[in-house]
Amino acid sequence: VNPVVSRGWMSWPVLAIIVAVAALAPALTSDFFVNVILTKALWLGVGAASLIFLAAYGGMVSLAQVGLYGVAGMTYANLVLADGGSSAAWNPWLAVLAALIVATIVGLGFGWIAARSEGIYFLMITLAFSVLVFYFFSQVTQLSGFGGVNNLDLPGILGNPESDPTPRYYVTLVVAVVVFVVLRGLATRTAFGLGLQGVRDEPARMRALGFDVTRHRMLAFALAAFVAAIAGVLSVWYNRRITPGSINLGQTIDILIIAVIGGLYRLEGAWIGALAYALIDNYSREWVPDVGNVLGSARFNTIIGLVFLIIVLLSPSGLIGIWENLKDRVRGGRRRGGGTPTTAGPEGGPAPGTVN
Amino acid sequence: MSETVDSSSGGDVQATGDGSARVTTGEVTDAQEVARAGRRWSPQKIAFTVVIAVVVVFLVIKATDNLRQFVIVTLNGVTLASLYFVVASGFTLIFGLMRVVNMAHGSLYLLGGYLALKLQESWFKEDTGLGISLSGATDAEYGFFGWFVPLILATILIGFAGVAMQQVFLRWNQGQELRQALITIALSVIFADQMLAAFGGISKDIAAPSAWPTSVLLPGDVRFGFFRGVIVLGSALLIGVLLFLVIKRTRFGKIVRAGVDDRDMVSALGINVNLVFAGAFFIGALLAGFGGVLGGTMISLAPGQDTAFLLNSLIVVIIGGMGSLAGAAIGALALGLVDAYADVYLVIGGTDLTNYSILVTFALLVGVLAVRPLGLFGRPA
Repeated sequence: VNPVVSRGWMSWPVLAIIVAVAALAPALTSDFFVNVILTKALWLGVGAASLIFLAAYGGMVSLAQVGLYGVAGMTYANLVLADGGSSAAWNPWLAVLAALIVATIVGLGFGWIAARSEGIYFLMITLAFSVLVFYFFSQVTQLSGFGGVNNLDLPGILGNPESDPTPRYYVTLVVAVVVFVVLRGLATRTAFGLGLQGVRDEPARMRALGFDVTRHRMLAFALAAFVAAIAGVLSVWYNRRITPGSINLGQTIDILIIAVIGGLYRLEGAWIGALAYALIDNYSREWVPDVGNVLGSARFNTIIGLVFLIIVLLSPSGLIGIWENLKDRVRGGRRRGGGTPTTAGPEGGPAPGTVN
Repeated sequence: MSETVDSSSGGDVQATGDGSARVTTGEVTDAQEVARAGRRWSPQKIAFTVVIAVVVVFLVIKATDNLRQFVIVTLNGVTLASLYFVVASGFTLIFGLMRVVNMAHGSLYLLGGYLALKLQESWFKEDTGLGISLSGATDAEYGFFGWFVPLILATILIGFAGVAMQQVFLRWNQGQELRQALITIALSVIFADQMLAAFGGISKDIAAPSAWPTSVLLPGDVRFGFFRGVIVLGSALLIGVLLFLVIKRTRFGKIVRAGVDDRDMVSALGINVNLVFAGAFFIGALLAGFGGVLGGTMISLAPGQDTAFLLNSLIVVIIGGMGSLAGAAIGALALGLVDAYADVYLVIGGTDLTNYSILVTFALLVGVLAVRPLGLFGRPA
């Protein structure tokens, strides 16, 4: 599924235009759209970006990201003033800091174990971690409350999202842009990122060059855990509550679906997938016809499952892959007068995340 | 512990034997590291042994405290392990031969249970004459065949469902492990949602034959559930022995074993690998379905059980080593016992920590992986 990472680099002007359009969104669309579609897509995108970062640059498809953002979300929820949980009534910013630190440390621990395995083993172990986090919070009601932790205290900068969701949208937007720019720079412009790509492609040679491959992968995992923790904090800011059910296997799969819809090999894909997901989530209920019990407004999971299935079957590199393939075809057509793509296309090449 | 040492030094021989050919994969190096660690007792291994020793001592103290309770808890663990083994053996068989991580395995489990329930309700439910019963299905009487026929039919149907899944979705992308895992995840999402639509969100049970006793009396005045203790445990032992014989004694088993080691060579020898793969998927899915009927009778059927049994199967094969039948048995036993003991004995000095029991499961997983990254019986792919 995972083709060799795209060398495509969204140019700064393009990024600036997209951010500018996003910044104007509150003036152009309704509060509802800004809140339910855009804000949600932005924080889901941050979560998916942590997965894509590991998959694209580290060759590790991790399903632990939701578990990690759940750890961050639960930590925040328990430290601020809230209904349920331990409600320690800390300053929200202090709670944010604690949430990020706790989730990163947990991520470092997960990474220590998981980084020694590869490919499909890695996928299974991280999935087990994520589901174990879910079961932990379902069992320990001291931390998760009996009906979740509700009415979380928010930092003042977010204002009152119930009456005006715009401040929260801008904060989420800024965080998402910073995450994107920093992650991309880190992965493609620093020695750490290049080393990580080397570890992904040729672990044996990197080992021969004196790299501590396992430690490199572990640190990358911790970094992704940090990003997942940011998504966790944004998610509880968005929902103002957290329940064990919101970090279960379903959510783990949703984040995976978002990453795959976007394409597992470019960071931008995270937000494209998240936007597509949020749109389907919201509007599929209106336009999907009721077919007995099988399909209809109550069967959102069937629809998203089918979309996911079709994407995996047809274009394993997601929407970004479709786009780049089209671009290649158009360019190839202009240059050579034929329809042959310039590269093998996203379908070719072994997946870096797989053994054999 | 001596077993672990033996098997890891065995792995060393194997790894160095063809090490030159395979040194490019990361796992072999890990296996070598582990093998070396096996000889010189790495800190992880010492820690692991100490923890095991402490746990054993703790359990012995608890056992002498109340032997009757200990026996019941142990039996609970062993029967739970039996169910885990039945389901996980199918998972590990499919993985071992085809490198397919069937993320829809839990869905097949739950679907098997629901199918049997549906068959039982529509074919064997007899009006007891009273007509009105507050608790619904549980009051109906079922004969032996009212349980056994749904069991067999549902099991076989799930086997065919597995083959259909493999033929339609997995056959043409053999070798693309990640893509296959994603496809089965997509299928599991659809399955879960459709089962919720068809069977609702309320937990349901399959009724065991009414003629069977509810419990048996064991020596020492211990009462234990008949279905759990006799049927589930017996089925697991039977399946374990059958699978062992099939794998070790039959031609199909030989091909499967050869396929686990070198698929390409097997197909080059003129064996119809596609047929063997379909057969393995049939058996693997069948075991999930069978487990579903057992689990549906022993515990219950509800949305979320598919996740639970996917997780159980994952943990069992991660602990035991993927593709190994013996590993699945040991992994299931470890997980079942840890689950059962942690649910009861996690009371330290008056503080009840039993709702943290999942941490013990997690510790088991981490402990095994820290010492043996490929699981107890795992070998590099």
